[in-house]
Amino acid sequence: MVKTVFSIGLSTGENLVIKKNRLEGTGGHGKGKKVAIVTGIHGDELEGQYVCYEMVRRIKERPELLNGVVDVYPALNPVGITVANRMIPKLDMDMNRMFPGDENGTSFERVAAAIVQDLAGADLCIDVHASNRFVKEIPQVRLCEEFSEKLISYARHMNVDMIWTNATETVHEATLAHAMNSMGVPTLVVEMGLGMRVNRSYGRQVAEGIFNLLYELGIWKERPKHIQYPVLSTDGEVEFIRADCSGVFIPAIEHSHFVKKGDKIGEIITPVEGKVEREIVAKKDGLVFTLREYPMVSKGALLARILTDIKTKEGE
Amino acid sequence: MFAEDIYTLSTPYREDMSVKGYHFGKGEQSACIIGPMRGKGVQQMYICSQLVKTLKELESNGCICSGREVMVIPVVNSYSMNIGTNFFGVEGEDINSQFPGRTYGDTAEQIAAAVFNRIKDYSFGIQLTAFHMTGESVPHIRMVENGYQNSSLANLFGLPFVVVKKAKPIDTKTLNYNWQSMQTAAFSLYTDSNEKVSVKSAKQALAAILRFLTRMGIIRYESHSGYISHVLKEKDLTAVHTMCGGIFRRKAKVGQDIRYGDAMAEIIDPYRGNTKETILAPTDGIVFFAHSESLIAEGDLAYYLVHRLHE
Repeated sequence: MVKTVFSIGLSTGENLVIKKNRLEGTGGHGKGKKVAIVTGIHGDELEGQYVCYEMVRRIKERPELLNGVVDVYPALNPVGITVANRMIPKLDMDMNRMFPGDENGTSFERVAAAIVQDLAGADLCIDVHASNRFVKEIPQVRLCEEFSEKLISYARHMNVDMIWTNATETVHEATLAHAMNSMGVPTLVVEMGLGMRVNRSYGRQVAEGIFNLLYELGIWKERPKHIQYPVLSTDGEVEFIRADCSGVFIPAIEHSHFVKKGDKIGEIITPVEGKVEREIVAKKDGLVFTLREYPMVSKGALLARILTDIKTKEGE
Repeated sequence: MFAEDIYTLSTPYREDMSVKGYHFGKGEQSACIIGPMRGKGVQQMYICSQLVKTLKELESNGCICSGREVMVIPVVNSYSMNIGTNFFGVEGEDINSQFPGRTYGDTAEQIAAAVFNRIKDYSFGIQLTAFHMTGESVPHIRMVENGYQNSSLANLFGLPFVVVKKAKPIDTKTLNYNWQSMQTAAFSLYTDSNEKVSVKSAKQALAAILRFLTRMGIIRYESHSGYISHVLKEKDLTAVHTMCGGIFRRKAKVGQDIRYGDAMAEIIDPYRGNTKETILAPTDGIVFFAHSESLIAEGDLAYYLVHRLHE
């Protein structure tokens, strides 16, 4: 059943409405657990739309397999999604730096507080992000080091390619994940794909992982087949490759590609002079799990990330 | 005066962006004044430009104290200034959320690192900045409470108010916070304007900076003593939120002394023209901040009041 979580009036004939679909199975109450799947904090990240669709579709198709509650929140920043704006339109602020919010604060602080209040009490929360529109990512779970010991036992069932502890600011203070984890609601952050795009294959992979996790939690009765177990990594094993000049980046490899030290990753060209300004090569062996998609670069722009020293694959 | 290129960024199809610092006097790194990091901070850039002009005159008259050196960075993010956007580059990064920066980080982090490495050893740091909310505030000095703030020194600007703000996680990446952490006495100076030049409040800000530099023994300059600042904590400001959205018709102005129950604004129905809400003052006080756009949403901040303070 689709419910309104929170509504607040905008200036001109419209309310900002946060909705969720509450899915209650017919397979009994089991242990009475509740899992929340949220997405759309950043309006330019759409990969979670397909995950939400798959979750709702498959649970509706086989409600007898669910013996708990799954709440699906497809758009936490609905106005941002509508205009493909990463930030909150007009405010120009990142919603994922506003949590836990303030119920007596400004309109979006109230929205944030209402979301946190609605998620409180869940046994697990999964916050699905996409990458931005500049770099493409493989499906991964990102964990804040502060909570990683507890969360890794959940994350390993997510059917993602890697788990990255202490990754980026998406898991740090003032984010939804940090706020929920601080409140005792285990919350995983999933990143994958590219901004403003939906990759159906990645979406299916993550949805399959969520069903696997639901199975492990005892609220989904059918274990998904072909689940893979992720590579575990920390910051020390990730090699960042950044542009050291400006130009147009042309990749020489495909995304999610294994490279050897010295392999060419791409080049930065200067169209006006018709020359290659820089040749970008791998400094270590590893998996290129991040690769730049948006070609224009200036000094410091992220071109690729390589997961090095791959040594631990659980469950294999 | 001499100019220094603190950081230069090349891009394929625009001229280089250069962050310039203008130096006055010689000796100990005494005071650094830095302008906007967002592309819409025209008022802040204007104030800095006037400061450069004034300090140049003072220097030629021998009025920079011996052994003291002042640097002014009029603008950090000139690329955004030229295209009318607040944030930097195609990624839209807020440079004031990147401090202390990373030399090998992304572009905005590299800019922040280059600027910060150049300014972190100054004894006094003054940042000209603006609210993230669209609105006007009374001129004031703001500082983040992180254990290093010094509100007594902030009094020496002679502005009407000094506001001390409790640090939130998001504040830890700002210049003010990081400057203070490096033992620089850091102050953020706010005026009543941002995108448009307000000559009157710019003059007040310029006078406040010159007054502070004089009182700290950095320049010789005769000026009015200014105010004995009222120091308050941000949490003690009374927030006045709207109960509904619509067209915002403001009645109470920034700096106005109002009484409990006074009508401060009306919210007009954008379709039917009737008054949906009259915002009444919840307390006596001075209007510290006022929403300035014509449209407003439910729950938005319309005003901040300084509770029970009168002119």
